[in-house]
Amino acid sequence: MGPHWINVGRVEEIPPLGARLIDSGQGQIAVFKAGDGSLFALHNGCPHRQGPLSEGLVSGHTVTCPLHNWVIDLASGEARAPDNGCTPTVPLKVVDGTILLHLPDPRAVVSG
Amino acid sequence: MEKKRLVVVGNGMAGIRTVEELLKLAPDLYDITVFGDEPRVNYNRIMLSPMLSGEKGFADIVLNDAEWYAANGIHLRLGTRVSGIDRAARRIITEGAEQVPYDRLLLSTGARPVILPVPGAHLPQVVSFRDADDVARMLAVARPGARAVVIGGGLLGLEAANGLNARGMRVTVVHLMETLMERQLDAAAGALLRQALEARGIRFRMRAVTDSILGREAVEGIRFKDGAEDEADLIVMAVGIRPNTELAANGGIKCDRGILVDDRLRTSDPAVVSVGECVQHRGQCYGLVAPLFDMAKVCAADLAGLETAPYTGTVTATRLKVTGIELFSAGDFVGNAGTEEIVYKDIRGGIYKKLVVAGDRLVGVVLYGETGDGPWYFEQIRAGADIGALRPRLIFGQAHACGRQEGDDIAAMSDDMQVCGCNGVSKGAIVRAITEKGLTSLDEVKAHTKASASCGQCAGTVRKILAATLGTEVVEAAAPPICGCSAHGHDAVRKAIVERGLTSIPQVMAALGWKTADGCAKCRPALNYYLLCAWPGAYADHQPSRLVNERVHANIQADGSYSVVPRLWGGLTSARELRAIADVVDKFHIPTVKVTGGQRIDLLGVAKADLPAVWADLNAAGMVSGHAYAKGLRTVKTCVGKAWCRFGTQDSTGLGVQLERMTWGAWTPHKVKMAVSGCPRNCAEATIKDFAVICTEAGYDLLVGGNGGMELRGTDRLCQVATEAEVLEYCGAFLQIYREEAWYLERTAAWIGRVGIETVRARVVGDAAVRRAAHGRFLAAQKTAQVDPWAERAAQARDAHEFNRLCQVG
Repeated sequence: MGPHWINVGRVEEIPPLGARLIDSGQGQIAVFKAGDGSLFALHNGCPHRQGPLSEGLVSGHTVTCPLHNWVIDLASGEARAPDNGCTPTVPLKVVDGTILLHLPDPRAVVSG
Repeated sequence: MEKKRLVVVGNGMAGIRTVEELLKLAPDLYDITVFGDEPRVNYNRIMLSPMLSGEKGFADIVLNDAEWYAANGIHLRLGTRVSGIDRAARRIITEGAEQVPYDRLLLSTGARPVILPVPGAHLPQVVSFRDADDVARMLAVARPGARAVVIGGGLLGLEAANGLNARGMRVTVVHLMETLMERQLDAAAGALLRQALEARGIRFRMRAVTDSILGREAVEGIRFKDGAEDEADLIVMAVGIRPNTELAANGGIKCDRGILVDDRLRTSDPAVVSVGECVQHRGQCYGLVAPLFDMAKVCAADLAGLETAPYTGTVTATRLKVTGIELFSAGDFVGNAGTEEIVYKDIRGGIYKKLVVAGDRLVGVVLYGETGDGPWYFEQIRAGADIGALRPRLIFGQAHACGRQEGDDIAAMSDDMQVCGCNGVSKGAIVRAITEKGLTSLDEVKAHTKASASCGQCAGTVRKILAATLGTEVVEAAAPPICGCSAHGHDAVRKAIVERGLTSIPQVMAALGWKTADGCAKCRPALNYYLLCAWPGAYADHQPSRLVNERVHANIQADGSYSVVPRLWGGLTSARELRAIADVVDKFHIPTVKVTGGQRIDLLGVAKADLPAVWADLNAAGMVSGHAYAKGLRTVKTCVGKAWCRFGTQDSTGLGVQLERMTWGAWTPHKVKMAVSGCPRNCAEATIKDFAVICTEAGYDLLVGGNGGMELRGTDRLCQVATEAEVLEYCGAFLQIYREEAWYLERTAAWIGRVGIETVRARVVGDAAVRRAAHGRFLAAQKTAQVDPWAERAAQARDAHEFNRLCQVG
């Protein structure tokens, strides 16, 4: 089976200008909530030295990595110039206040 | 045409100023030779005080460098003493028997310090304060803790005392009279001045007459006529100057106290002119810089063969060049039966102003604390202006008296008004330089006119003149903006928060026109801190605007794990605490345990999810967060002090614990490290800390602004205090002023580097009311700041989401 939309929690469980972590079969995924309420999901590693982006400071639609201050665009995962690199993003949608991430089917991982 | 020969004896400010004026009037008239017995070019003698205190170096005070002499074709003969004048043959004779002919001779031989003829005055550590060599001699003895006695409480003596105090010496000033600087100050201003200097740690002995200087080969002390004695390693005599008249007198030129000159500065031999401290004009000898500038103009005109207004004497004004103490006096400030006084007195605020009025004329002024209007009052005195109509508002200064707005005062200044007292530069000269040379910045004006190039007190006025002349705002190096989100600098933001009562980050951003919706990782933590500092107890710390370490109260490491450092007060610990730490290490499989540079124990490699449980166990053993991650009070490092150490002078460990108990939990612009050493051997390495105490037998030396990081900086000395209670008060006040005035992420070293130690010293040491108030604000803020962040979070009472996964999938 292909990827599935998986329920990871409620919108109100993510603090504004903050992030929460999800342990997945593909490693940690961070779900961010910007000041305007927008939600984003990215793999929790800065392209620079794999710093935990979930611990960074959120401003606008960016997060600043806590280790060396790289600024990562939450929508695209791209590092802001002059830095260069990209963190993989995870498709996310909200249905009735529930956050859904588009992840490989865990059963597929288990069975594979 | 063959040039005439001008010989100048004396390479000081008066002689060279005259040569400068002459070159302006008649650049090709003379072949000029200058003799100087000091082995150096012309420098600004009145700037020796900041050189002594360490604020300036010799290069900063040079007025004319060797290139200037060369460029103007002047033969400079340094280190050559002139021993005789053969007036009949019109030539001078040097000590080396060389004969140099002249057509005109300029004597600018200056004055020499008076050395009291008391026993012991010949000892090598008895110095005067007159030239760069004297400064070098003083600095050779001026190690911190050594004792200096300055004889003479006049302008020069007090500047010497302040400079030596700044160098860490213990200084006593001995004065014959009841009032300091009695030739420039009345009793009230003298008392304020004395208080301010005492607060810096300088001691005074008034009405004291020196009997003898003690010591056989080196100075050991001083004895007074009343039998009292003080210990001393250095004696500075600043009891007056005596004009150097010997050369003139031996050459048959008429002398009294000084070389007698007429209103054209000619001596009894019309071929010989004389200027400066060596002359006596209309019965008057001068020891200040302004008369010399006036004399130089008239004398240069005479040498150039031009008609000019005669020299009729100079009304002098005095400024004390002690950074942080504002003092100005001019004219007849004592008054007499025919004069009246207008006085403004705010002793607590440290402001005193006295105007002496005779009829409708201002004849004298003394200003203490606020001296901005000094030059304007001085101008009224010099011009003999009718101040009758201004009288009711006169004491409030030019702006009030004349009903002018800021800025208009420049237009109102006469061209003759002297702006820069150190270098004798008038408003007209500045305006001419700006328009003729197309100057656009303060630095250019400084370079071309020397206005504000010395003590810098007139820089504000020079800037205004520049702005008025250009008709635009002067582009100063504006304060850098906090970050790209805003055009405002740190100070402007802090000011707006307080003055406009802004109480949240969104409010600040809205009020100051932030360009981004919610700032960035630079400005949000800064704003959060500024609000926290401005509204202690009332402002709710905004966690999303904290960087991770301060949000989760641990230090993030390269692998994303955290380090945990419990507070060990003053570096002390116990078997119980060590046992609890060992248990935590075992229980949570903490891979690395390390002793830090700040005398703490660091537990490295703790998983974020384990943090609350680790803290709970440490809390249970009585330990709290060591804030090793905070822009706040980190550690107070101590040595064992007199409880154990055979060299210890005070209880350094106990004092360190007290300091840490008072200051822990405080948020500051950047991290703050402190230390207490029990003796000057300084085993706690206090001299690279933000606030440091070095104990001595006499008390506690307080030092600030050290940094052992990327830019090594030793501490500046703040002062010496006698009791532990004072250490705590000064520490709290210093930290509070740092908290309120520094920029976010600016260590005390950088802050002091930017604003100057004297500014800090003036607030913390110089003004007891400011200090006590700041200490009080610090303690008030601490009431709500001293909450153990670990306990709150271990109990899951705060930010539980930080430490828990949202969910697990797959």
